[in-house]
Amino acid sequence: MNKLNFLKPNKENLSTYLYTGSFLFLIAVIDVFLGAFFEVNITFFLPGFIGFILPLILGIAGLRLIRIEYSGIPKLDLLNKNINTNNFNAILTLLIIFIIIKSIPPILSWFFIDANIAGDSKEACTGSGACWTYIKIWLRRFIYGMYPNELQWRINISFVLLIALAFVGYFATEKLKKFLTLYYVVIYPVIAFILIYYLISGGAFGLEWVETGAWGGLSLTFIVSFFCLIFCFPLGMFLALGRRSGFPTIRYISVGFIEFWRGVPLITVLFMSSVMFPMFLPEDFFMDKLVRVIIAISLFEAAYVAEVIRGGLQALPRGQYDAAKSLGMGYWKMHIFVILPQALKLVIPGIANTFLALVKDTPLIFVVGLLEIVGMLNLAKTNPKWLGFAMEGYVFAAIIFWIICYAMSRYSYNLELKYKTDR
Amino acid sequence: MKTKVKKIIPQLLTLLVVVLIFGFFTYNAQINMDNRGIEFGFGFLSQESSFDVQFSLIEYDGSHSYARAYLVGLLNTLLVAFIGIIIATILGVIVGIARLSPNYLIERSAAFYVEFFRNIPLLLQIFFWYFAALRALPLPQDTEPMFGVFFLTIKGLFVPRFIWENLDILFYSILAAVISIAVIRNYARKLQENEGKQLPVFSISIGLFVILPIIAFLIGGVSLSFEVPVLKQIATTSFIYEGGLGLPPELIALTLALALYTATFIAECVRAGIQGISKGQKEAAASIGLTPNQVLKLVIMPQALRIIIPPTTNQYLNLTKNSSLAAAIAYPDLVLVFAGTALMQTGRAIEIVSITMLTYLSISLTISLFMNWYNKKIAIKEK
Amino acid sequence: MSDKIIEMKNVNKWFGDFQVLKDINLAVGQKQKIVVCGPSGSGKSTLIRCINRLEEHQEGNIVVDGNELTEDTKDIEKIRAEVGMVFQQFNLFPHLSILDNCTLAPIWVKKMPKKEAEELAMQQLKQVQIVDQASKFPGQLSGGQQQRCAIARALCMEPKIMLFDEPTSALDPEMIKEVLDAMVNLAKQGMTMIVVTHEMGFAKEVADEVIFMDEGMIVERAQTKEFFANPKSDRTKLFLSQIL
Repeated sequence: MNKLNFLKPNKENLSTYLYTGSFLFLIAVIDVFLGAFFEVNITFFLPGFIGFILPLILGIAGLRLIRIEYSGIPKLDLLNKNINTNNFNAILTLLIIFIIIKSIPPILSWFFIDANIAGDSKEACTGSGACWTYIKIWLRRFIYGMYPNELQWRINISFVLLIALAFVGYFATEKLKKFLTLYYVVIYPVIAFILIYYLISGGAFGLEWVETGAWGGLSLTFIVSFFCLIFCFPLGMFLALGRRSGFPTIRYISVGFIEFWRGVPLITVLFMSSVMFPMFLPEDFFMDKLVRVIIAISLFEAAYVAEVIRGGLQALPRGQYDAAKSLGMGYWKMHIFVILPQALKLVIPGIANTFLALVKDTPLIFVVGLLEIVGMLNLAKTNPKWLGFAMEGYVFAAIIFWIICYAMSRYSYNLELKYKTDR
Repeated sequence: MKTKVKKIIPQLLTLLVVVLIFGFFTYNAQINMDNRGIEFGFGFLSQESSFDVQFSLIEYDGSHSYARAYLVGLLNTLLVAFIGIIIATILGVIVGIARLSPNYLIERSAAFYVEFFRNIPLLLQIFFWYFAALRALPLPQDTEPMFGVFFLTIKGLFVPRFIWENLDILFYSILAAVISIAVIRNYARKLQENEGKQLPVFSISIGLFVILPIIAFLIGGVSLSFEVPVLKQIATTSFIYEGGLGLPPELIALTLALALYTATFIAECVRAGIQGISKGQKEAAASIGLTPNQVLKLVIMPQALRIIIPPTTNQYLNLTKNSSLAAAIAYPDLVLVFAGTALMQTGRAIEIVSITMLTYLSISLTISLFMNWYNKKIAIKEK
Repeated sequence: MSDKIIEMKNVNKWFGDFQVLKDINLAVGQKQKIVVCGPSGSGKSTLIRCINRLEEHQEGNIVVDGNELTEDTKDIEKIRAEVGMVFQQFNLFPHLSILDNCTLAPIWVKKMPKKEAEELAMQQLKQVQIVDQASKFPGQLSGGQQQRCAIARALCMEPKIMLFDEPTSALDPEMIKEVLDAMVNLAKQGMTMIVVTHEMGFAKEVADEVIFMDEGMIVERAQTKEFFANPKSDRTKLFLSQIL
């Protein structure tokens, strides 16, 4: 009978070590599991502190025992190399597993088990979990802001139309493909502007006028993001080209512009737009709050887009410039047909990042009194009939933003991959 | 001659347009200010501010000038930025390295952290911590102390205040420790160059840093006592802690949100830096017999830091600018105090907003200049 | 105690499910010069990377200079100090000068004083005829110069064995000669060398034995003259006909 030296597991007594180790590990996990999910303490006979530490010790011992090198079982080797290379690693693995197990019940219970969604007043929320009724009742406000309920169909139609028109690119026939760029850069924004101006804002063709102060919620987030995206991109492109220009004046002006907007926080820019812009414009020239905000954010983001595009322009090998010039192309032809298409492909992740940042920055417009979704949340939580549900509101908004941003970053990642294989 | 004209005309045109635009703005501003009877000038800075600030690092109350209020706001901003940068860096480095771990669980947990906190707007995170998480903390009278002396309550984190006796002696001992560490490092380096022997400089440095101040404690008459926060009743239902240092919940929420958010970006910078070093470097270093620690210290880190530091400094800048979101939760930073309260009281929109923007611009430009200098200095020489 | 400086017995290695080394048996004596050739994917690079444990074998036995290479080997760095390696991609440290590249290991591993390390480095750099570039940085040198520095760097540890992993495959044709000359020079001084290469001219001039590998196995091993004159296996004949 071989002496089993427990401190050094080896291949000879493989099954013994494997079974003992796995057994200890499983006990540790079951102990934590029972404690978290069913509040059953199987180590009640031990003093509190030891009972707390016990799963960790058992788990470490178990993992130590199954840490057999070259056991010959491929899956075990893979497991060992991955999470069990030494004691430190084993401890971290155990802690992560335990934390995950311990946190699932509270999360599940707050989100689902003890939550309420039925009913339509504060009294309906009797459970100790989330009060989704609050979200349900306020959903219209969160999406449309203070826009009058009966007129919200106008916003719906505008957005449906815009989304439909965005996919025109898929259905373009060969003949129309060359007009695509023109379409996206000029026609589409113009259509969007007309829709927003006449349909959502109204005031003509028999449609009631809704002032921009009443716009809000998620629809406002989209409107602001959309227009700022459209404006900041071409402006950023010109700034990037200007910064690399051979003309000193243009170069210095571009640099000054870019460094200025990159050096100040967005909140001061928004303050500036609401407080200083009126000063700089003639007395009777009234610019709508929303327009001012969109201009301010577009200028701000354009500086960041400019830096990203500049990175792409610099990364392009000089040979491309030389080849285009030697074919007789002038500055603009060279850039439109050769340089920019390549440079833009290079910096897709950077641009996507900037767009993402733009979407995440839209909540700041609360400082000028426009309430997009986060602003509406803050408004809602102070309503006397619905006090105390701040958590639900923020979680709801967090989920929405997370989905949008994650989807955007995944899309840009796929775009990047697609263009990488093209080269 | 023709080419010269071709070069000058576009520049003149652009310059003209810019000048016209600025001129237009200035002209309108003049008219508007005249109409409203507002003067332009910076004299108001020395006037009495007559508003109080909730939290300040220096002496301040309503009788101090607006200029001093500006200073209070600036110091508060720098405080948040400083603490936030430290926490974000530590967290970011840990998470960045964890992202490269071969351990599946560790790598996924780090990835989860990054994806989670990166895709939620910072403002939302600040609101969450301030309105939801910190509101769930207990009232002062119901708080259980952590380690007996730290009280985390809904009104803030109260920690004991340090009271030093003979602080200057402690200071000198630390100074002496630093100087002796520098001397030892120099000596060790010369020793290695001349004789090849290596001293455990790191351990010696740590030892000195710990022992010298302890000696100062024991025989230098330095003593440390704590002023522990004590519960005090200031109204029938209102309690507060007196005597310690109180960190307002606004500061905690802001710093926490900023650090957690920025750490995700720093983690990605660190990961990109370490991944950017080709595998061949590690192999070559290993093949000449260097230990893993030596490989990291002499070959990997010098190259990785060159990739990591520029974007990380950019993130520090972003954190400082993002601290301006303090306005949303009424933490008295530069924007809230100066471009908020002071502006409302004096109506000097142009002057105040300009000063605020200039302040941030200066901070940004200083860091940019430092970045450029650093890049030039450590640039890897190429053909 | 055998007089063989490298002994590999029944070595098997897998990358996941793919077996890259099949039952390798190899013994190399001191001062021997061996060239390993074969089609790509045959496992030749993996073979020599197992010798200084940049790759780990799953089965079998590798003994280098009397020390067996196992999972437990804590002194792997000591063994690596005795075995020098030159890579296809040079892998010089770009942030250090050529001289510093060479003195790094002697200073930190052998604990040599800086002056002594620098003298040694200059000596090795002279051997590979690149001593005038000592204060330059890798980014400022051509490919051939960089590879010669890599050789000097490995030699500064005064190893007993030198491994070469396709040292000239990443070089422009006009620079291959200068690197091969440096290697011939080294061979003349009696270094034990194992070279993975396609340069058959070099093999004919310097190698004692040539090994042909295909699909993870050693197909043929013979004295150089014999190998080129009378290849025994069909696969060897096919390979030689393609590259000669």
